[in-house]
Amino acid sequence: MNLPARSKPLPARQLASILLIGAVLAVLPFVLGLAGQGWVRILNFALLYVMLSVGLNIVVGFAGLLDLGYIAFYAVGAYTWALLASPHFGLHLPFWAILPISLALAGLFGMLLGAPTLKLRGDYLAIVTLGFGEIIRIFLNNLNAPVNITNGPQGINRIDPFRVGEFAFSRAQTLFGIRFTGPEKYYYLLLLLTLLILLVCVRLQNSRIGRAWEAIREDEIAAKAMGINTRNVKLLAFAMGASFGGVAGSLFAAMQGFVSPESFSLTESISVLCMVVLGGMGNIPGVILGALILAALPEFLRAVVEPLQRLLFGDVVLDPEGIRMLLFGLAMVCVMLFRPAGLWPSAVRRRELAGSTGEGV
Amino acid sequence: MTVLLHAHGLGKRFGGLQALSDVGFDIRAGEIYGLIGPNGAGKTTLFNVLTGLYVPEAGECVFDGQSLVGRKPHEVAQAGLARTFQNIRLFANLSAIENVMIGRHVRTRAGVLGAVLRTRAQRAEEAAIEARARQLLDYVGIGARANDLARALSYGDQRRLEIARALATEPKLLALDEPAAGMNASETLVLRRLIEKIRADGVTVLLIEHDMKLVMGLCDRVLVLEYGKRLALGTPAEVQHDPRVIEAYLGAGAAQSAGGVPAGAAGSPQSTADAAASRSGDAS
Repeated sequence: MNLPARSKPLPARQLASILLIGAVLAVLPFVLGLAGQGWVRILNFALLYVMLSVGLNIVVGFAGLLDLGYIAFYAVGAYTWALLASPHFGLHLPFWAILPISLALAGLFGMLLGAPTLKLRGDYLAIVTLGFGEIIRIFLNNLNAPVNITNGPQGINRIDPFRVGEFAFSRAQTLFGIRFTGPEKYYYLLLLLTLLILLVCVRLQNSRIGRAWEAIREDEIAAKAMGINTRNVKLLAFAMGASFGGVAGSLFAAMQGFVSPESFSLTESISVLCMVVLGGMGNIPGVILGALILAALPEFLRAVVEPLQRLLFGDVVLDPEGIRMLLFGLAMVCVMLFRPAGLWPSAVRRRELAGSTGEGV
Repeated sequence: MTVLLHAHGLGKRFGGLQALSDVGFDIRAGEIYGLIGPNGAGKTTLFNVLTGLYVPEAGECVFDGQSLVGRKPHEVAQAGLARTFQNIRLFANLSAIENVMIGRHVRTRAGVLGAVLRTRAQRAEEAAIEARARQLLDYVGIGARANDLARALSYGDQRRLEIARALATEPKLLALDEPAAGMNASETLVLRRLIEKIRADGVTVLLIEHDMKLVMGLCDRVLVLEYGKRLALGTPAEVQHDPRVIEAYLGAGAAQSAGGVPAGAAGSPQSTADAAASRSGDAS
């Protein structure tokens, strides 16, 4: 994924495909909205998962550090928004104050997790990160006494929606003669943030920092011997990945209006990890694909399994919920068997002599 | 000549094994310094101590005016000591040129902000990194393989890529751990030319090698280790005729016979050395 140099004009084909993708992304919520607003919400969650898996991809895909507690940073972001913009503490800070705070706080938690695990790899790292994820969830569950901070298992309710001045993303509204529903407005917000995060990721990957991450993934000792300060570079990976998770979490809280600890279980961490692995670790387009498929597939199956059975057998023979998970598991096993490097694994990034050395020298 | 690296009294113990004891030597700027010894003599341990992977229990090591003991590997690289590994440690799933570009890490400075904003300085630096990496690949003779994955390269090319990657860190001292291992005669000859070229370009070279022909033909001075101790030190000719060295490689009987026929040893110094090399090869 080499971004074309800014100074050169885009090739016509590339320009055409960018325009096409842009057009599809722009009208997507309206097309899906025809099948019901529920589908737009699913699309929004898919975008949240894209943010999460792209963030996790920095840690797992680039730096090669297996993190099973990633959802903790999503929780940190969500609770940051929930505590700073809800009647719980009576605080109603604007988004431009909360987003940087949750970004920084999640990043800080990322480093907190990273610091004690610097010398761990593989299985051991996975166990520690898993424990960390659970610690955060259990804290959120129990921090309602003696001082009520998180409101415990009941969670926090009536969280402020995302609001820019008087423009609230939760309400339906007619703009430029088109009626936008709340989920549709959130879609564009999420899309914007997702694209921003993707830009940051792609640029980091093709930079000195991204190469240092990949060096650590490939061979930590050689990376050290080449002068890479592996401690700092690893902490940076944890912090960057975590901060993206934090932003996604804040958006989740704002969109849902409600957060509780049970949204941040180990299963969620594993789901996000599955998206990264299934899509193709280390390859950003692959990870996006993985997130979209795994976020949408269960919902798609939910919508299809029951009508299909009625059509075939005239009755619901198998419990839709059960067979849905069965098919989902089967799909995962098949992908891992037949495409072990993921659906869209990273290819060798080719560097052409004329390509990027032309400018700046 | 100025001393680039001065070590004395270095000691390193692994459990009950004293891998290095009281090892001391000086490497002068601009020389090719050989380090030989039978397998298990502590050569690689010494390398790891010098480059910060191991912390020695005793001794001092001063490189270019600064102490290396207790320094982290990345600080050692920063100070100007780069190395290759006996069992090749490339970034296998990255392309050859990316491997070398990673070597530039320590001499460049772009951070997260620069990369995300694509500042003018960052783009200029990035272009310079790539241009330098390409130069270095050409320098070691694998410029045509720039876009190939490191693991897809032939064994000899992988060794040369490791050297290019180490050179990318702009070392004052380049430490090569058995660069000729597994190479055939013609590849070794190319390697020898490369090492000579590196030295001619002002980089001091520390060389561990079992190929005696290469060591004896290339090095200005040779340090011989045995059982973690310094056995001998001198020019290749001196070391080759040192009865203790011959004994270490070939056994006591060989030392006597070799010592008894000085003409043969002087006339074909390689014959002893080759025998020594094959002997040490058997031992592994």
